[in-house]
Amino acid sequence: MAAHHSRSQFQRHFRRDEAPIPFTIDGIAYSGRRGDTVLVAIMSVTDRLRQSEFTSEPRAGFCLIGACQDCFVTLACGMRVRACTTPLEAQMAFITRESGNE
Amino acid sequence: MNDTSPAVVVGAGPAGICAAKTLVAAGLRPIVIDEGLRAGGQIYRRPFLDDGRSATDLYGSEAAKATRLHREFDALLPSIDYRPQTLVWNIADNQLHLMANGDHQQISFQNLILSTGATDRVLPFPGWTLPGVYTLGAAQTALKAQGCTIGRKVVFLGSGPLLYLVAWQYLKAGASVAAVLDTAPFTAKLNLLSAFRFDPRLVLIGMSYAARLVRRGVKLRYNVRPTGVDGSQHVEGLSFKSGAKTHSIACDAVAYGFALRPETQLADLAGCSFRFDDRDRTWLPVTDETGRTNRKGVYLAGDGSGIAGADAAEISGELAALALIQDSGAVADPGRMSVLAGARRRKAKLRDALEKAFPFPENWFEQVPGETKLCRCEEITVSSVVDTLHGNDLRELNRLKALSRAGMGRCQGRMCSAALAEVLSSTQKLTLTEIGRLRAQAPVKPLPLSLHEGGA
Amino acid sequence: MTRRLSADVAVIGGGLVGSSAALALRRAGLSVILIDKGFCGAQASGVNYGGVRRQGRSAAQLPLSQRAHQIWPRLKELIGIDGEYQRSGHLKLARTPEDFAKLEHYAETVKSFGLDLELYTGAMAKARFPWLSGNIAGASLCPDDGQANPRLVSPAFAKAARDAGAIVLEQNAVHAAVRANDGFALQAGADCEITCRFLINSAGAWANKIAADFAEPAPLSRIYPSMVVTEPLAPRLPVSLGEEGGGFYCRQVTRGNYIMGGGRGYALADPDFSRPSTTAAQSVMKRATALFPHLAGAHVIRFWSGTEGQLPDNNPVIGPSGTTPGLFHAFGFCGAGFQVAPAVGAVLCDLVTSGETVTPIDAFSIERFRNMSSQHNEKKGTHNETVE
Repeated sequence: MAAHHSRSQFQRHFRRDEAPIPFTIDGIAYSGRRGDTVLVAIMSVTDRLRQSEFTSEPRAGFCLIGACQDCFVTLACGMRVRACTTPLEAQMAFITRESGNE
Repeated sequence: MNDTSPAVVVGAGPAGICAAKTLVAAGLRPIVIDEGLRAGGQIYRRPFLDDGRSATDLYGSEAAKATRLHREFDALLPSIDYRPQTLVWNIADNQLHLMANGDHQQISFQNLILSTGATDRVLPFPGWTLPGVYTLGAAQTALKAQGCTIGRKVVFLGSGPLLYLVAWQYLKAGASVAAVLDTAPFTAKLNLLSAFRFDPRLVLIGMSYAARLVRRGVKLRYNVRPTGVDGSQHVEGLSFKSGAKTHSIACDAVAYGFALRPETQLADLAGCSFRFDDRDRTWLPVTDETGRTNRKGVYLAGDGSGIAGADAAEISGELAALALIQDSGAVADPGRMSVLAGARRRKAKLRDALEKAFPFPENWFEQVPGETKLCRCEEITVSSVVDTLHGNDLRELNRLKALSRAGMGRCQGRMCSAALAEVLSSTQKLTLTEIGRLRAQAPVKPLPLSLHEGGA
Repeated sequence: MTRRLSADVAVIGGGLVGSSAALALRRAGLSVILIDKGFCGAQASGVNYGGVRRQGRSAAQLPLSQRAHQIWPRLKELIGIDGEYQRSGHLKLARTPEDFAKLEHYAETVKSFGLDLELYTGAMAKARFPWLSGNIAGASLCPDDGQANPRLVSPAFAKAARDAGAIVLEQNAVHAAVRANDGFALQAGADCEITCRFLINSAGAWANKIAADFAEPAPLSRIYPSMVVTEPLAPRLPVSLGEEGGGFYCRQVTRGNYIMGGGRGYALADPDFSRPSTTAAQSVMKRATALFPHLAGAHVIRFWSGTEGQLPDNNPVIGPSGTTPGLFHAFGFCGAGFQVAPAVGAVLCDLVTSGETVTPIDAFSIERFRNMSSQHNEKKGTHNETVE
């Protein structure tokens, strides 16, 4: 998978001063905020969640209400979670290198 | 009530909350199952955490209703069996199959009210899978529930009341609104005059968003056709046609949609009959005016039984619960039921007018380039679907899905079935009724392979 | 307005058997009408697991199966697509020493048929297939067995038959089939009258009505497989996998999805539609996580089922009618029809064109049920052999 993209897609307007919640993407440390979904935490520090399985295009979710199923991300433990409906927890370690046909 | 298994309400939006409230008032203790972390549904969604915003900040003109419903639901908590963050993933033999905390649970029901709501109705256009393109509902959810905007400079595109509302909410929150691009012609908005008869307040509020946007210098354009998203890794701009001219606007996010589509999978799995609805341009479960279905003990309420909006959802939630109470042999106030049914009919007329003001783009298929991805999950292009269709002379939607793979992915066709139906009906010159509807299949959403038996 | 059609052969049932027969017959120069009550390839032959497997079949089926084995690599030439057919190998696992003994016994029994089975003890199997996990007492590999996509293959046979000149009538149920003059007269759909010299009954789980119309009912029941598919995942499972006893079978398609099955589904109120049972689907999921720990975090995205015909001795009916010259039956494949179906089509073509076939099919004669009580008909299938 391509290198990480430091450009954040989402912009925080509220809850900016909430307690930081540390997490990693491919081993790189980031922090979200208390009250974040996984999707918001990741999209507030980068511009993608995953690569599509068949064309390796970047994807970043779509509906944000658990309907489109476009935002599943993989944790280092192998578990996969739907980013838009999963609350961020401290020390979540996301990996982007293992999924689909590579 | 003469049966032992409790009534179950699926969904805790305005319809589900009102249904539960009505059941509790009749002395029942319903189980209320909701996928959300907190009750309120999509429209009255509550943030995970209080972030200092007032109800007016969050819900605008609908703040009083949101506050009332949240309060009413909180008051119900001692009287209901509330199961948040719980997915109903299958219905079979009067059993609901649930997933909660990664555990499988099963509960049996005698009476069931499905208030499963709606999701954004979308149609593919070039670039719609690129990071930064979200549905209008997603844009609103990001802001309402998480206090974020989907980008710094956002284009709002499509058709439907949400288009102007969310653009205004973004502007108010401090994001830059690059443009509001309405795919309908300006003349369509004249239909708001007939909507005014049924709900003047709603229409005036709706129109005020457009006025406020204009006053703040936001460009509104009508009769727009998107031709593509600029950018290869994320949104850098949007190209569109308006009249004969092609334009391009720099932006880093696009929010778009064409009103809503009902979530009907559970009604299908429960065995409800369906009919084609011209206004919603989709198949809907058949109900009487109270929400009774052909399946004994199964009732429908809210947008999941046809798009009618939050106020109508409250009405239909109460009606479905009263019908359930009546059918169970208890006394339900018939006067109240007929008042509610009348109110529901008026809401339906309002919806008729609004649908004309915010019409679905009927010529989408003639304009979409073949290389556009139709199915996001399986990454199937429009032209690949058309080739499959021609090669096999297909005339039925489930066959097109089976042979083209469009709609076979994780979302089970939620995001592409409207487009798939348009492709099939346009290409084969068949009506949307003639081509049929995609049959629902369990699980209605992905399940972990490790889902195991838990307590019931 | 009545539509009158006439052909050398009418084929009732556009599954893989009927469609491949129609194609073979067209290629032999006969005129063909292929009739389906719904859509060709939409029932069992289009929604099955997709195993293209000889291993595990009874010796009686192996000559037919070997004939099919020669046809599968020629799909591209025959129907225009390869149908995702690949000779990935079929690995049959034994959970217990007793099951492994059965695999060894099977290998011995079918030695003369040339399946080239390779037997592995538990430790050897894990060394040879490092992705295997869980309790394995042994395994048997048939290297040239494989898999294909039924969703594509079965409709493609019907399309090829149509392209070769067969008249294909979909959404036309046959309500009446009678012997008339030198052949048969059928009524189909709202207004279709068909006459033909030969009639093929390949109507799958619905075939028994036609057999009964010609006074030779078979004890055909229905079975509904329980199928589960995961989201697309990194490629890892190179073979199609089965288990002795049939509780679980699984393959990973080239797009990455794992397709797995086991157990049974059930019919809906309209018995032409079925759904997998949640209990069966969950036992499939449980077995998959035990065998493939790397799938623990993966998601399943869809369950499905289909309607298949089952006969009590686990063999199909293939061959001429015992009551009516010119009528041929081919149905009741007991959940194992996909691999043999193209050869069944070829056999039916032999029978129609020459009255005989080089492939031994005596074991499949409908006559074997002649003295069976008709109360067996439509009895619910109870046994639980592999459906793949």
